[in-house]
Amino acid sequence: MTTLLSPVREQSLAERISERLPNGLLATQTGCDGVSILWIAATDLRPTFAALKAAASLMLLDLTAIDERERTHRDGQPESAFTVVYHLMSLATRTDEVRIKVPLGAAAPTLPSICDLWPNANWYEREVWDLFGIHFQNHPSLRRILTPPTWTGHPLRKDHHARATEMPPYSLTEDHEAQEQDALRFDPSAWGMRRHSDHSDFMFLNLGPNHPSVHGVFRIVLQLEGERIVDAVPDIGFHHRGAEKMGERQSWHTYIPYTDRVDYLGGVMNNFPYVMAVETLAGITVPPRAQMIRVMLAELFRIASHLVFYGTMAQDVGQLSPVFYMFTDRERVFGIIEAICGFRMHPAWFRIGGVTMDLPNGWEGLIRDFLHDLPQRLDEYDAMVMRNPIFRARTKGIGAYTTAEAIEWGVTGPGLRATGLEWDYRKHAPYACYDQLEFDIPTGANGDCYDRIAVHVEEIRQSLRIIRQCVDNMPAGPVKADHPLTTPPPKARTMHNIETLIHHFLSVSWGPVIPPGEARASIEATKGVNTYTLISDGGTTCYRTRIRTPSFAHLQMLPLLSRGIMVADLIAILGSIDFVMADADR
Amino acid sequence: MTSSALLTIILMPFLLLALATVLTWVERRLLGLWQDRYGPNRVGPGGLFQAVADGIKILFKQDWIPPFADKGVFILAPAIGMMTVLLSFAVIPFTMGIGIASNLNVGLLFILGMMGLGVYAVVLAGWSSNSKFALLGGMRAAAQMISYEVFMGLSLLGVVMMAGSFSLHDIVTAQAGLWFIIPQCLGFAVFLLAGIAETHRLPFDLPEGENELGAGFHTEYSGMKFGMFFIAEYAGIVLISSLVTTLYLGGWRGPLLPPAVWFLLKTGSMVAFFILLRASLPRPRYDQLMALGWKVLLPLSLLNVMVTGTLLMLRASL
Repeated sequence: MTTLLSPVREQSLAERISERLPNGLLATQTGCDGVSILWIAATDLRPTFAALKAAASLMLLDLTAIDERERTHRDGQPESAFTVVYHLMSLATRTDEVRIKVPLGAAAPTLPSICDLWPNANWYEREVWDLFGIHFQNHPSLRRILTPPTWTGHPLRKDHHARATEMPPYSLTEDHEAQEQDALRFDPSAWGMRRHSDHSDFMFLNLGPNHPSVHGVFRIVLQLEGERIVDAVPDIGFHHRGAEKMGERQSWHTYIPYTDRVDYLGGVMNNFPYVMAVETLAGITVPPRAQMIRVMLAELFRIASHLVFYGTMAQDVGQLSPVFYMFTDRERVFGIIEAICGFRMHPAWFRIGGVTMDLPNGWEGLIRDFLHDLPQRLDEYDAMVMRNPIFRARTKGIGAYTTAEAIEWGVTGPGLRATGLEWDYRKHAPYACYDQLEFDIPTGANGDCYDRIAVHVEEIRQSLRIIRQCVDNMPAGPVKADHPLTTPPPKARTMHNIETLIHHFLSVSWGPVIPPGEARASIEATKGVNTYTLISDGGTTCYRTRIRTPSFAHLQMLPLLSRGIMVADLIAILGSIDFVMADADR
Repeated sequence: MTSSALLTIILMPFLLLALATVLTWVERRLLGLWQDRYGPNRVGPGGLFQAVADGIKILFKQDWIPPFADKGVFILAPAIGMMTVLLSFAVIPFTMGIGIASNLNVGLLFILGMMGLGVYAVVLAGWSSNSKFALLGGMRAAAQMISYEVFMGLSLLGVVMMAGSFSLHDIVTAQAGLWFIIPQCLGFAVFLLAGIAETHRLPFDLPEGENELGAGFHTEYSGMKFGMFFIAEYAGIVLISSLVTTLYLGGWRGPLLPPAVWFLLKTGSMVAFFILLRASLPRPRYDQLMALGWKVLLPLSLLNVMVTGTLLMLRASL
């Protein structure tokens, strides 16, 4: 049973890149997850990416940075104070996946922007600028994205404080208040918008951050001509809680509950990539029963999340009732989850090496009842929502994009499948026990709002199918790996002699010490590909925790979809994108 | 003028206001029923006094006028909304005897006129608030209500032609043999749709469009001024329902039960139908609504007028 990503991969893409480079690679490595890491010089960056862009249809999955100044285990890596990481992935083959790293100095780190090559680099580069202070030349609008414009410092640098108690007590002086107020004043040109056209003055409408249809704290500044949208500029960061920074403070084990709250509708789905990444670093093999339990719970959460999506989507186009029916179903899902985990929305139930505890007595009955009831209710919802002529008129042909555009913008999940591409990370690179389960990948044809909703609905049915197989084939055995780094360690192995007691005490109080390395784990989360990239420096905490979330990527596409449509269509599009602001802002 | 007539005039507005207030509770309970939940059930028997509690709460809320609003018009707008709806009830014949001016020979025109004035409430509220969401709501309201008034007027022509009178009393009298809903089914459908648009209720609640515009034209209103819009909306539902009853469902006519009960029963069912619509349908987009009006409802109402006229002429010539 191999449950972790296979470390043996072809190096085709990596080889192709290294051939093209005029100065050659600075270094090559392979991460614990088997993905090759290529170090290139900053001067080679743009030629390399231009060549890559021309060579293959690659998705820029992630773009982030590492503050290397306090890292001790850097064997085989070029000297650098900051490292910018580009993660490229081919949707066609699993082998074409590569992390490209660029070393930068400590003083005024600068890189050329690749926004013109991959449009979704825009927000990622802004994020790296905001959190690390790395400047990107020729970026169209290099502003802070997650922190407020008046913020000083770059939070993910190692010398930036991590919590308020490290700072003097906060006080708001009059000058400071005036300065903050001044920063809030709206200036269209700063957002890249004009006040007038040749014929008319535009109206600027501030949709959010507390608007009923933006699903959380999300702000979109609309440039309107009548009710028609000329331009829309999304503004995020209101929900930023520094989840990545917290990862550098919490022990490997105590960070698990924080992950639950990233996509707060996804529950244990968020634990999944995190514990998988830690297990990859530690070399833990998870027993089959734990794998199956994980998959079953993750799919239950997918259903819960999709039901929220379905109901709120109907409500966004003015249909009041479906959301109540769907929340009733969601309550049943939570009933099952509560019976198994003891919590409802944020159970933090996965553990490094397995799950917290075994399934309770009678769990099968609960799930079988639910599996029996939900399909009929889904059929009713089809009649009520999907076949409703007004609903169809509001969602068909609205907010459509092509597969090529989706790949350009880093769209994954139902938004990508709605364009007709049969791509699901669970099939692309099966993790846990998805390779043993049968399910289909629902796709759309037009990539419009209606197709996105239809894909979500069909995914609920597929999740039910997966859960049924889990219930029918649940293997017996332990729910935690027999490995020294499994956390918390099994109680049965302590109390034998002083050694076992010390080991148990240490891994409960300090938490495990994970060997140095770098690993990434991705899953098909409720909204798209969710990735955790963890760097261990051989300590009890993670050196760098990178969370790549689907919502961040998907929201970035909004201006492209909203030009020339009505405000009401924008609301339908927002509903159909299925985002959670905590997932976008982390 | 007799004292009983005076009493009717004085009592009627209070009765209507009380009815509209209770209707807010009825709607919430019915929505609860249809949406698998309870709705307000704690205050009084079955939660009936919830309406009273809400009324008291809203009366004691701070009555805030935003500093950027056009104060005079801002205050006037809800008053217009309330007044036009209440005045319209003057010409509704509840039974043969009960009614304030149900014999007014231009009763139907009076109601159409009042509805025309009612548009001002929404438009002025949206305009005077000086807020963008309110302005967009007011703009939608102006376009929607003015266009739907056209079809509403035209759809009623058939009824008027058949009854030969604009007096609502005469119209009910003319339905002695057959309720107008049967010969005038097309007109009825157009009138109902126009009526929903006129009261800006879901699915035609675009002036409010909470998912897009927050609260649309009354975004900036609070306290009792918001309460007046709220009550006027519910009084509007009662008005449209009683109009449907009067014009198409034979008014107070019906076997066995007393006329007043028949009137209440028919109006009540119409109100429940309005609420059911709200529970079940999504909202079309603004341009889809306008397209439906001008491209479907207008030709239909014209067709209705033409067919009715032709048939009446044929019958007269026989």
